[in-house]
Amino acid sequence: MNNTTLLIRTAIIFAVTILAVFLVIGPRGSFTASDFSWQGITSNLENNINLGLDLKGGLHLVARVKTDEYLRDLTLSNSQAALTAAKEKNLPVSDSSFTAENGTYEVRLSVSDISKSDEITEAVRQKVDFLNWTESVGSDSISWSLPAQAQARIKEQATDQAMQIIDSRINQFGVTEPTLQKRGTADSGEILLQMPGVEDPKRVKDIINAESKLALYAVVSPPNPNLATYPTREAALQSIGGVETDTRKVYPYTERDDSLGGGDNDQQNQQPSQFIVVEEPPIIEGDELRDANAVTQTGNEGDYQISFSLKPAGATKFGEWTGRNINNYMAVILNNEAKSVAFIQSQIFDQGQISGQFTQANAEDLALTLKSGALPAELEYLEERTVGPSLGADSIWAGVTAALGGLIFVILFMLFYYRGAGVNAVVALLLNMVLTLAALIVLDATLTLPGIAGLILGIGMAVDSNVLIFERMREEIKDGKLVSKAVELGFDRAFITIIDTHVTTIIAAIILYLYGSGPIRGFAVTLILGLIINLFSAVFVSRTIFMWILDRNPGLKKLSI
Amino acid sequence: MFDFFSNINVNWMGLRKPFIAVSILVLLAGLVSAVVRQVMPGGTEAFNLGVDFQGGTVVTAKFKGDRPTDDQIRNALEGTGLGESVIQGSIDKQDEVLIKIPLLEGETDITSEASADAAAEQAPERQAVEEASTTEAAANTNSTGNEASPGSSPASTQQSPADESQVSKGPELVRNALNTFGNEAQPNLALEDDQNAKYKIVGIDSVGPVAGEQLRNQAVIATLLGMVGILLFIAFRYDWTYAAGAVIAVFHDVLITLAFFTMFQWEISLTVLAALLTLVGFSVNDSIVIFDRIRENLTLKRTQPLFDLTNDSINQTMSRTIVTNGLVFLSVLALVLFGGQVLRGFSLALFVGAITGTYSTIAIASPIAIWWQDKLGEARMKESKLDKEQKLASASRRSVARRPVSD
Repeated sequence: MNNTTLLIRTAIIFAVTILAVFLVIGPRGSFTASDFSWQGITSNLENNINLGLDLKGGLHLVARVKTDEYLRDLTLSNSQAALTAAKEKNLPVSDSSFTAENGTYEVRLSVSDISKSDEITEAVRQKVDFLNWTESVGSDSISWSLPAQAQARIKEQATDQAMQIIDSRINQFGVTEPTLQKRGTADSGEILLQMPGVEDPKRVKDIINAESKLALYAVVSPPNPNLATYPTREAALQSIGGVETDTRKVYPYTERDDSLGGGDNDQQNQQPSQFIVVEEPPIIEGDELRDANAVTQTGNEGDYQISFSLKPAGATKFGEWTGRNINNYMAVILNNEAKSVAFIQSQIFDQGQISGQFTQANAEDLALTLKSGALPAELEYLEERTVGPSLGADSIWAGVTAALGGLIFVILFMLFYYRGAGVNAVVALLLNMVLTLAALIVLDATLTLPGIAGLILGIGMAVDSNVLIFERMREEIKDGKLVSKAVELGFDRAFITIIDTHVTTIIAAIILYLYGSGPIRGFAVTLILGLIINLFSAVFVSRTIFMWILDRNPGLKKLSI
Repeated sequence: MFDFFSNINVNWMGLRKPFIAVSILVLLAGLVSAVVRQVMPGGTEAFNLGVDFQGGTVVTAKFKGDRPTDDQIRNALEGTGLGESVIQGSIDKQDEVLIKIPLLEGETDITSEASADAAAEQAPERQAVEEASTTEAAANTNSTGNEASPGSSPASTQQSPADESQVSKGPELVRNALNTFGNEAQPNLALEDDQNAKYKIVGIDSVGPVAGEQLRNQAVIATLLGMVGILLFIAFRYDWTYAAGAVIAVFHDVLITLAFFTMFQWEISLTVLAALLTLVGFSVNDSIVIFDRIRENLTLKRTQPLFDLTNDSINQTMSRTIVTNGLVFLSVLALVLFGGQVLRGFSLALFVGAITGTYSTIAIASPIAIWWQDKLGEARMKESKLDKEQKLASASRRSVARRPVSD
């Protein structure tokens, strides 16, 4: 042990400490004067540490995409499409059936003349995407079944697609840093959504689930200004001969509605007072939409419209139709209800507006669901948690006071019981806390309530390391060893124990991290970090302080311990 | 120099039988409590599992002004068909209340039949919805009927079946019940800022049965695998017998803590799980400190019987045991007393764990390690010291040399 090693050790400790302190309470960017005030430090601390939802408040949702249902729908539509494809070519196919349960997805065509099987499969392949399906020809039928591997891939794709749609929808909430990720195995279809600061799960779920169908229809009516409306559905049906047909449909027409608001306040909402008759098929459908936005002229709540624009192909069609139908009526049908009926003043190409006197939130939500399309399959919610900001703050407060209270008590005891050596322990403890927080920040890990528990266990083991070392030194001194020798032996012997205890706990924590989920992982991460750092703070740093003391007093007879 | 705990000389190993008897007694009490609760008609479940692990809904509501009494809230909940709820006032915050409702019937087959009538109430409602939609569909295609509500609002047809699940419905039912006391605050306003509001829901934990089971299984599997990891590492560093001792001691600690949780019906939530993991860490830590001293003494005192050597090792490390665990214990006591409602389960679990963790190292881990060495046939407990030299087991360089165990 000479001066150079001591110098190097001291330099390392100071460098690490300064870096850690900067990471924890320093600004991200250049320093300003306010960074040195108490307020600046606390706000930097808040910015730097990534708090979990349980501490800062927000919405935590776990949903599962019903991928089985998706596969079932796919099988059903393929089964129908296959039959149609074969019949179009007048091939000898009598019927189609399908199986979609217990992991088996199969489409069967009953064939009356199996010698034509090649032609049938050829015709079906042209129309139906059976690329990943296994084809087999029987004595009176042809069947396609989906292998397990392909099932898993399709499920995964459906989940990905659902995630993209959810992502585009929740992005519009303007929440900072929402988390959207898969959970469980790749094809389990489970999605985790975390939205900090959001307290209204109903609105989020409504937006995610909502399926908005928009279509523009020609209204069967004399030209402007004589819009044909009917007071009841019966009257409307009467005008088209009593029954809806392939070319005529009846829709309710309300001038005011708040369709997406859910069941909260539609009691006072008036029932549709009128009905109109429209021409099928629609002029334009929702998939030809390019963009939709909530707009308002007055800025008053309840005076919002949705303006939309069309994709080029749709715009051409729309322009053509409006050009031919000046002064005729057009209806905007949203979710099976006519939201607005307008007469065509001039040829319109790619812009339109739905005026329904929406509230701002309704208009925004509707515009959003129009833009992002429908989910591939329904969602099932497995978990829903909201933590209000006050509850989160309470948890932080409880955790921090408990941890700080414990820390102060431990510090006082160590100073009282171990005197001079207690100072080492206190330095090591404080350094352990700062370094663990710094490591959390560097790894961009999230601090949760179980994470605080991990932190507390880490601090407990830090204290224990010091106690082990000090008790060992006392024993050696009692055995009559020189102070310098006792310090050396104390560290060397206790180090073996410390390594064993730490490695054991780290191994257990790594396993917890690998096999555990959210809350367990949060615990494991802070624990692992705290323990690794402890080897530095409780052993390396503490020993350096002792080395420094011995260096200053080479012939030290009595150690304050 | 303060030094209260050196020169301790207690024959810990001699006390192993009464120690183990105490442990077995507590474990039996826990077992009886669990079994009786499970079997007794109308009794509770063995463990008071939080919604995290069995599914269900917990709503934390904050009231402005006087908060309704627990009975008033219970009556309101019964009004919405929620009978079996738990209403729990907050100790440290008078205006807050925790409302816990079990899984709604139809969500799982685990729940008792007691809430079947609640399901019966829901069933016709669902049926009605279905009927309405079929009549509407019929009306759309042939329009011959004179149906009552031709233009059923899109909001109702849009509501997907997913919204019927526990996860979404649970909080809604509670909200409906609470609405009988006054309005809820607007989503983006604090309770104080909303003049018309009487209450605000500040926290929801709603977990479906599938997710609850997943969390439960995952927690158990992760903990068990963690113990296997500990077992392997200690076996590698010391010896299988020590590894077994440490792991059984840890198991013992978890079981004792769980015994207290079933006896007092404290709720087991995710934070309690974190506490259990923490105490596993402390307990193994304690065992290793003593094992390490045994290993050291084995090389220093080659002739001493393992029995006395273990006693000495425990006594030598006693000052460390008392200081460290005393500090942990007092910190946890502070947590129990001042940690507040949020950390209650966590603190209680750690409190029990801190005591059993220390105790089990001395009373369980070491005796089992020694007992196993005895059973391995290397030596008998009452063996004479004469031929011990021959009986030293050959052991790897790292592992502890087996030697005669003697009383």
